[in-house]
Amino acid sequence: MLNPELKLNPKIFNNDVEQIPIRKGFGQGLLFAGEQNKNVVALCGDLTESTQMHFFKEKFPERFIEVGVAEQNLVTTASGMSAMGKIPFVSSYAMFSPGRNWEQIRTTIAYNDRKVVIAGSHAGVSVGPDGGTHQAIEDIALMRVMPNMDVFSPCDSIEAKKGTMVLAKTKSPAYIRLAREKTPVITTEETPFEINKAQIFWMPDVGLADVGIIATGALIHRALLAAKELEKEGIKTKVMNLCSIKPIDEDSILKLAKETKALVTVEEHQIAGGMGSAVAEVVAQNYPVPIEFVGVHDRFGQSGTPDELIEHYGMGKDSIKEAVKKVLSRKI
Amino acid sequence: MYLTEEKIKKLEIKANDIRQSIIEMLVEAGSGHTAGPLGMTDIFTLFYFHILKHDPKNPLWEERDRLVLSNGHICPVLYATMAHSGYFPVEELKTLRKFGTRLQGHPHREYLPFVENSSGPLGAGLSQAVGMALSDRIDGQDKERFIYCFMSDGEHDEGNIWEGIMLAGKNKLRNLIAIVDRNNIQIDGNTEDVMPLEPIADKWRAFNWHVIEVGGHDFRALNEAVEEAQAIAEKPIVIIAHTIPGKGVRSWERDYKWHGKPPTKEEGEMALKELKDNRPIQNA
Repeated sequence: MLNPELKLNPKIFNNDVEQIPIRKGFGQGLLFAGEQNKNVVALCGDLTESTQMHFFKEKFPERFIEVGVAEQNLVTTASGMSAMGKIPFVSSYAMFSPGRNWEQIRTTIAYNDRKVVIAGSHAGVSVGPDGGTHQAIEDIALMRVMPNMDVFSPCDSIEAKKGTMVLAKTKSPAYIRLAREKTPVITTEETPFEINKAQIFWMPDVGLADVGIIATGALIHRALLAAKELEKEGIKTKVMNLCSIKPIDEDSILKLAKETKALVTVEEHQIAGGMGSAVAEVVAQNYPVPIEFVGVHDRFGQSGTPDELIEHYGMGKDSIKEAVKKVLSRKI
Repeated sequence: MYLTEEKIKKLEIKANDIRQSIIEMLVEAGSGHTAGPLGMTDIFTLFYFHILKHDPKNPLWEERDRLVLSNGHICPVLYATMAHSGYFPVEELKTLRKFGTRLQGHPHREYLPFVENSSGPLGAGLSQAVGMALSDRIDGQDKERFIYCFMSDGEHDEGNIWEGIMLAGKNKLRNLIAIVDRNNIQIDGNTEDVMPLEPIADKWRAFNWHVIEVGGHDFRALNEAVEEAQAIAEKPIVIIAHTIPGKGVRSWERDYKWHGKPPTKEEGEMALKELKDNRPIQNA
């Protein structure tokens, strides 16, 4: 059942569940952050509406910097503004920022300890028809290996909005991962939110779970659909939403590992180096259990509809169910 | 501010002392860059002892000018000038590049919070200075102080530099002054052989900057160039300073082979003797 304490969207399993792009929540959160703190500034690389910065730009034109198609300049300029006490948010597509400007982010933001929030939109294969050049499926790995950098991957637009407002107040530089397509709204305004806390969205009605599913981003919706069907087949699961990949909520992950002794991770990202790898690092060092990884297997994306691509690359509901059954069979 | 003959003589003596420190610290470190720091010594000396609004005893003074060093590999001259102007003891210069030092091989704010930015990878400094100037404009501070960016000629090979130049030109950042160390060398050879930069002044001008060219070792001319730059109100300004790499040690001057290596102990002693022999004498 859905965790009743979290006041999740009761329509999650309906066909007419409301769908909003995650990036829109970022745009709204940035606007609110700007209203709360005059030091919040926004910089964009010629993708203002695509990355939903236009809400901020319209309200605070004097605090908005259009940098043009120049992602290296986008983040280095933001570093300089941070040095003067600003709280810069920068946005582009994840493929270009942090894809193209990784070293500038490392040296002038992370190494330099300058508070900048980097929003990478259009992450994952669900970008769809634009094809593989525009589908960032390496960005979690790129950013989580960087000392001093937080990595936040919200599951829906509401969580993105809440997280964006929090990231305007935290000390560390941060990366926020956004998706282009409309995706189901999972949480509600009433859902409790602590940015560094993982939450159990789905749990057995009674008793312990057989398998723990840990998901990040919009794929958690498919994980929930899988969990519901598995319940009917007699397999009890817990589904965890891991929105903060760094810092990572070790306590909650280990608690789930100890209860289930078998984990499945689900992310729209390369398996190598992504959220699943981060979970494996925690588990392997503290309480080793078998893990199955749902994600992209060392391949580039291609054109197609988001649903076609998610199925093709093995991240759909049925792939998640298969992974759960496989890890069950590996359980010691 | 006008430079008297007496002040110029003091600056010349200070620059000579700083060059000696640079050579001593590089010999001690056993690695590091030689030509660039010696070539930029006169400019650093002029800034830290005459131009900059700063307070070595209160390094994070909010109203200070900002000096962003883009090509971090010339940090021996930054460290030596900062030490001689009172930021930290001159003795500490001997720790350059050693384990646990505040004087990292390339500047790092975490170890030495007095530097405005960590740097090393080329091409990223100008944009940080642009960001600082943009902030000043948003805050209405752009008539209160200057943002200086010291950069190399070789790093103009980086695309990031031109991105920063475009953004500053677009925004007409009046308190941004870039100083290009036009010493004509980079690691692989002369800049015009590796990747021609000329006509470098025309290029900056074409991106809507006010361009000033000046000799990099003439204190009076340099000072006048900075005064001209400070008087420009409608554009960002670049001062292209023609410097001699290795300046002060005759046999090292203009030789690109001194870009990235330190002097041996013997070479250092020879250079120190030459500098001491040429140290100006202060009139009583």
